[in-house]
Amino acid sequence: MRFGVVTFPGSNCDYDAYAALRHVLCAPVEFLWHADPDLKDVDCVILPGGFSFGDYLRAGAIARFSPVMNSVIRFAESGGLVWGICNGFQILLEAGLLPGAMLRNSTMRFACQWVRIKVETTRTPFTRGCRPGQILRIPIAHAEGNYYADDETIDQLERSGQIVLRYVNAEGNPDDASNPNGSRHNIAGIMNREGNILGMMPHPERAVEPILGSEDGLALFNSLLGATAAGMETPMKARVASQRGAQV
Amino acid sequence: MLKGTVKVRLKDGVLDPQGQTIRRALAQMGYDWVRNVRTGRTFEVEIEADDALSARGRLEEISSKLLANPVIESFQVEVRS
Repeated sequence: MRFGVVTFPGSNCDYDAYAALRHVLCAPVEFLWHADPDLKDVDCVILPGGFSFGDYLRAGAIARFSPVMNSVIRFAESGGLVWGICNGFQILLEAGLLPGAMLRNSTMRFACQWVRIKVETTRTPFTRGCRPGQILRIPIAHAEGNYYADDETIDQLERSGQIVLRYVNAEGNPDDASNPNGSRHNIAGIMNREGNILGMMPHPERAVEPILGSEDGLALFNSLLGATAAGMETPMKARVASQRGAQV
Repeated sequence: MLKGTVKVRLKDGVLDPQGQTIRRALAQMGYDWVRNVRTGRTFEVEIEADDALSARGRLEEISSKLLANPVIESFQVEVRS
């Protein structure tokens, strides 16, 4: 599986995503440029975190009209894998590829902290390798991650199992205390009906090595990488360890 | 050239953390008679258009496409000649 990471002016997690894939997971990855509609035949497009166009107007509102986004929308609508992380999630919402919108955090603070998120569904290539109900410890860093959608849309998301990730406490319960930004129903990540588009506020690319404080982000990356291996569970970390050992 | 104003506001029922924070600050300053604050923003736009009617149409188009997010916001357009 080949990955493409889009760089917008103001992206700042593009290198983190690139490094996680290239150096930790040893997966083929290249950068895509916001002004270039060419997706370079990748299998999965990552819209990374950051502050595209300075978060001017609304987070993601300007980036959504970058030339690359026309290609991303077509790619997504034809079943291609699109993964929006943090600002990337905001861009997906602004583009209408996922329902809802982001409001300012209810705390009015920039939230930069570790959170626990629960994997609510494994019916998507992004979480296929996770255990249902698995709890991941992954950081967040955002000011506008307060997920909002009207009642009808929220009901619809719940009914069709499109809520992929939820902020939870240590017991796995989505209570108010574990909700860092006021998101409705503690929503941390959602997918489209087909499951090929995932938007999430937490940063899995920042939790891929022990030195970063957690490796739980690997669960999502490995799901994607295993998904192409005909349902085989890829022992990616072992492979990575041997490859990295070989490189030294 | 025509000048227009687009006022964008959060729809009723959509949480406004900024407005709430401002209201709390006002209460702390002694203005405890402020019951509620809702924030929004105003765009002053200069546009090319033949007349006020087409100017309004053009402003409505850019408002619904970019200036406002219809999921959470509504907008009002005014044209001045």
